[in-house]
Amino acid sequence: MSAVTQLNPHSGFASRFERNIATRDPRWVKFLVLGLGLTFFAVFLLLPLVAVFVEALRKGWSTYFAALVEPDAAAAIRLTLLAAAIAVPLNLVFGIAAAWAIAKFDFPGKQLLITLIDLPFSVSPVVAGLIYVLVFGAQGWFGPWLSEHDIRIIFAVPGIVLATIFVTFPFIARELIPLMQSQGRDEEEAAITLGASGWQAFWRVTLPNIKWALLYGVILCNARAMGEFGAVSVVSGHIRGETNTMPLHVEILYNEYQFAAAFAVASLLALLALVTLAIKTYIEWQAGRVSLQEQLR
Amino acid sequence: MSSSARRVLPGFGLSLGFTLAYLSLIVLIPLSAVFIKAAGLTYQEFLDAVTDPRVVASYKLSFGASLLAAAINAVFGLILAWGLVRYTFPGKKIVDALIDLPFALPTAVAGISLTALYAKNGWLGQILEPLGVKIAFGPAGVLVALIFIGLPFIVRTVQPILEDLDAEFEEAAASLGANRWQTFARVVFPTLLPALLTGFALAFARAVGEYGSVIFIAGNIPFVSEITPLMIITKLEQYDYRGATAVASVMLVVSFALLLIINVLQAWTSKRQGRTT
Repeated sequence: MSAVTQLNPHSGFASRFERNIATRDPRWVKFLVLGLGLTFFAVFLLLPLVAVFVEALRKGWSTYFAALVEPDAAAAIRLTLLAAAIAVPLNLVFGIAAAWAIAKFDFPGKQLLITLIDLPFSVSPVVAGLIYVLVFGAQGWFGPWLSEHDIRIIFAVPGIVLATIFVTFPFIARELIPLMQSQGRDEEEAAITLGASGWQAFWRVTLPNIKWALLYGVILCNARAMGEFGAVSVVSGHIRGETNTMPLHVEILYNEYQFAAAFAVASLLALLALVTLAIKTYIEWQAGRVSLQEQLR
Repeated sequence: MSSSARRVLPGFGLSLGFTLAYLSLIVLIPLSAVFIKAAGLTYQEFLDAVTDPRVVASYKLSFGASLLAAAINAVFGLILAWGLVRYTFPGKKIVDALIDLPFALPTAVAGISLTALYAKNGWLGQILEPLGVKIAFGPAGVLVALIFIGLPFIVRTVQPILEDLDAEFEEAAASLGANRWQTFARVVFPTLLPALLTGFALAFARAVGEYGSVIFIAGNIPFVSEITPLMIITKLEQYDYRGATAVASVMLVVSFALLLIINVLQAWTSKRQGRTT
């Protein structure tokens, strides 16, 4: 499942379509299209977003902040940050390694490898959690050995980290692979020929070329890592204050009918989503500017 | 000359080795556990688990609601993509940025928010319920949640194709006497079709596996509003690991089939693009 969240440095100049008589739609078509499209957008996307904040503040700011500093909520926030702090750097190193191997070298089975990297996106989050239960759970392959050595992976923090790594696995790699493939290998080869070491070529030549796509992948990876629900839910065991991430804490509060508190924690995650979209838009604008400059040169 | 002799850049062994090791440990070996464990079941056990009437009812809901949601999104996603590419209007940049909200907003947050909106006393529920339209805690709620998570897939696959579409095709059609509708139906739409189908397949694939945004609003009534991923969770909670594995293997096979279809559609899209631009 590629080509959806990929960095898209298109900058639309819509007015060119409206000035050209061959591509201009009648005014009533424009109003109909915008009316239908924006109504759909408002009802299905905007309203749910607004509702999160309205519900969160329904009982006032003091209830709102009380819900966020309460020990279980604080523990959930810490665990979410921890899981993301482990999963994102690991997938970053993987993304760079995979993109380097795929873009800079030729080897058989490359297309298959690219497809396999995208695999976690097409697996249901619930199945993503289940696979680690089957490997590390009490009934799983390593279950007896792990319990003998008193190591807990499922219903504990390692399982949550593993599930988070799985669901965010392709994010950074899939941003870097097409970009580095299109950039080719000439610049790095020139650097090596001029006496640079491999690392120098990477830090001074490759990295500046891929920095926006890298950052783009990292923020999308991070948003998903902090927000994952289904996969983490299967492996967590829902132990309050211990194995609850923020989304799981939201679920518990909601099921206990503590709606204001549930939406308060949810509003933090919604803020994270908005910040992610803002950074994403900024990067697209930057990347669009860079590609425009390159076209002008 | 062999390819290794031409190789100037270092790090092939290290990067490919790490890639393959990490991919195997995190993705391939754990995923294979589903099939290996499922293969350990007897044929009858497997058949009983995957054709249990409650599970079959969940397939019908999951696939039916996912298809319907993807179809609704295909229509409105195309309309939105058209509006974003072809017209200028105030607030356009914000609308464009917020289209990706379902990718960025955690599914559990979307789930409780949609439930609050469509419940009896919610903003939309209090309008719809007196009209006899019950959305939350039933199959219609599942549909609403799947529409929410699927919309960006359509917009983001159609939008770039529409942006790259050269005006000269429409100019040619107009100069040959076609009206706007004929130009759209015969010239523009066929160019967009591969991308639209790709977006449809992506939205459908995501919807079939979706869990977080659905379970809050679905009500999870057996035989009525239980989705297939929930059946896996339910079986796990009853310590029925064999049943959960059997249902998961069915879902994985469906996912792989959809992945294959999506790859074919994407190849078709890029071939189309190569020919028209």
